[in-house]
Amino acid sequence: MPAPRDGFAQLVHAEWTKLRTVRGWMIGLVVAVVLTVGIGLLGPAGSQSECGRADGSQGPCKMQSPPKDAAGQEVTDQKTFVRRTLSGDGSITARLTSMVGKYPAGGGSPTGDQGLVDGVLPWSKAGILVKDGTAAGSAYAAVLATGAHGVRMQYDYTGDLAGLPGPVSAAAPRWLRLTRVGDLLTGYDSVDGSTWTRIGSARLGGLPHDLQVGVFAASPDYAVIKDSFGGSSVTSGSSLATGTFDQVAVTGQSPGEWTVPANGEGNGPWNGGPGGGNGPGGPGGPGAPRNPDSTPGSHPGAVATGADAFTVTGSGDVAPASADEGSGKTLESSLAGTFAGLIAVVVVAALTMTAEYRRGLIRTSLAATPRRGRLLAAKATVLGAAAFGIGLIAAAAAVPIVTALERNKGLYVFHASTQAEIRLIVGTAALLAVAAVLALAVATIVRRGAVAVAAVIVVIVVPYVLATASVLPAGAAEWLTRLTPAAAFAVQQTSTPWAQVTHVYTPSNGYFPLSPWVGLAVLGLYAAAAYALAHRLLGRRDA
Amino acid sequence: MTASALRTGADPGSGSGPDPGAGAGPPAPRHPALATFTDALHAEWTKLRTVAGTAWLLAAAVVLTVGLSAASATSVTCDGPHCGEDPGTVGLLGVILGQAVVAVLAVLAVADEYTTGMIRVTFTAMPRREAVLAAKASIVAALTGVAGLVAIAASAGVALALLPGNGFTAANGYGPHLTTAATARAAFGSVLYLMLVALLAVGVAALLRDSALAIGAVLGLLYLFPVVAMVISNPVWHRHALQLAPMQAGLSIQNTINLSHQPLSPWQGLGVLALWAFGALAIGGLTLRIRDA
Repeated sequence: MPAPRDGFAQLVHAEWTKLRTVRGWMIGLVVAVVLTVGIGLLGPAGSQSECGRADGSQGPCKMQSPPKDAAGQEVTDQKTFVRRTLSGDGSITARLTSMVGKYPAGGGSPTGDQGLVDGVLPWSKAGILVKDGTAAGSAYAAVLATGAHGVRMQYDYTGDLAGLPGPVSAAAPRWLRLTRVGDLLTGYDSVDGSTWTRIGSARLGGLPHDLQVGVFAASPDYAVIKDSFGGSSVTSGSSLATGTFDQVAVTGQSPGEWTVPANGEGNGPWNGGPGGGNGPGGPGGPGAPRNPDSTPGSHPGAVATGADAFTVTGSGDVAPASADEGSGKTLESSLAGTFAGLIAVVVVAALTMTAEYRRGLIRTSLAATPRRGRLLAAKATVLGAAAFGIGLIAAAAAVPIVTALERNKGLYVFHASTQAEIRLIVGTAALLAVAAVLALAVATIVRRGAVAVAAVIVVIVVPYVLATASVLPAGAAEWLTRLTPAAAFAVQQTSTPWAQVTHVYTPSNGYFPLSPWVGLAVLGLYAAAAYALAHRLLGRRDA
Repeated sequence: MTASALRTGADPGSGSGPDPGAGAGPPAPRHPALATFTDALHAEWTKLRTVAGTAWLLAAAVVLTVGLSAASATSVTCDGPHCGEDPGTVGLLGVILGQAVVAVLAVLAVADEYTTGMIRVTFTAMPRREAVLAAKASIVAALTGVAGLVAIAASAGVALALLPGNGFTAANGYGPHLTTAATARAAFGSVLYLMLVALLAVGVAALLRDSALAIGAVLGLLYLFPVVAMVISNPVWHRHALQLAPMQAGLSIQNTINLSHQPLSPWQGLGVLALWAFGALAIGGLTLRIRDA
């Protein structure tokens, strides 16, 4: 039985024919792809990594890759680690009686306060550590006290479990314990050394027989960030944390002696080169060289204060590294052209409706389809599908091409899981599709192409520009990217905001307050509301 | 005779020269081609004045500009000396939003005539097409200037009232009550900025002829550069992108502090936007001349 002439499939087919046969609209959709990919290419074209040469000049070079964990996630792995070997199963117990620190209050900038002031940072760390060797990025589990987040059990850089709250002091010492059974590490804490509370367990894949166990201290860089129109400047300096341990005991087979490093160790401060300074960054922009030994007399290092007691002073961090402008490129920066593609798609979507009114074709269309809502639905289906397809082609082309060119130029591209990469591409396509439906709905409501296009661009692009490249403070920027349709760009975020790493997780740094799909859903809600209103008005008004 | 009567009836004040609209009437046997620029201005003013949308758009431009400026002046604080916040940029941030409405007004003034076919009547009455464009540009710029003056005056008033309470004080390195020559230049320049955006939009609309397409192009030109500049991390190219961008360069006129650290000086920046605007007008005018309407 043939489908009725006004079946929805026929309507969709009719709308597709309209879209396909207007040359300007097809050109518009092709332009969307070209702009998206083309603007993405400006990223690698306009970026280079520069390093200082021996003769003092600056020249292109390859950005150093930071250490990575087994999953490919960039990590920081720098600490002072007093250690010995543990063969097979066993445990380590220690009592932490004090934790103090120093940090550069002015961010270590030449204009700010050069001196270190006393105080521990929120994520300064001192505790016990079980690690697969001393290589940066190797597997580990730790039970540690922090400056402001209580006792934590952390493992393999990204794992973070909360233990006892509150700071450490001589009056309130913290007993820490880690046990190893095969690949299973279990962390405990206690206030008195007799009543132990299990914090949690972690299974570290493929641990060798011999591990390094001991006590460590680390303190992340202290950064002072100043945002200004079109960029931000960061000044950071290294800080120090000192943990005082006693009653350090290792059970199980532990041959050899304690290794007590006089200096901190690890991969050293990872420095992507000063070539990536962001705008008017001023001195000490992102990626500027850091000198952990800037203050004489306060070298990180450890001393043994007894047979089972150590005072450990460390700098650095054992944690995931946040994607940072200046030290590399994020995957989503390859899709900066989405905005241009978005504008092209919005123009085409608005025109498909306003052109019907201009030519009077709307009366023919509505005569053929008296149920007006179905006409709108058919248009939305065709436009949404076309925009999705266009977005998929553009993103699937731009992401691999741009990242390949960036790597080719010696730029470092931050790790993103395959899942995040697929979400970036599919999410960008979905963003264009939803924006096209929003533009169609607004065009149906206002019936004026220019007003509809301007309205949609203003509600989607302007909040993004205001949140990322203007003077608004971070709080206002976060609300903009939560409440306005610009929230949808969260779907492009591939970097993870780590709760256990102090970093500027603001929209201008590429971190959105909403999770990717929730952000896209905000745009979806706006589109749905506009669609509902358009549906109602199309049914009520004369054409 | 009817046309002549209508014209003089509509505007008794402009009857200085011989009436060009009355080619068929006995008292003034003149060719319509000799219509003066004043007539073109008058015609464009009448068209724009009598379209209901104009007043709404101008009101929206004022409301959005003042609204965003006030929101920005409320939320931005200066937390100490050398905080780096520019009271000009903070207090007049609303032009980022207001310019979109101004662009819509300017685009509609040109492209709507193509939509309705009115442009053929216009060109018949006024065969010097560049003069038509110049008249449209003048009227749109004048209207934008008036709306801009209102919007900027209100924004500046709000900012001057709020910012000293947010840490923009003499103790933090700002002038007393923020009233300096630089502030006046930022405010006056912001009005010029809005007018130049309107001219840019008129030029682009004359070039592209379709209102939706033209507004997409204008807003793309204005808003895309900051986004593109963000992915360009080479400092030299980054600076060039900001120098070239019509919006970023033009908004240099709002800078009142750290002028030496900016990619462009205030008037240089406004000059870049002026080059964009008059370049677009020139290309638009050329297109009008060589293309069929």
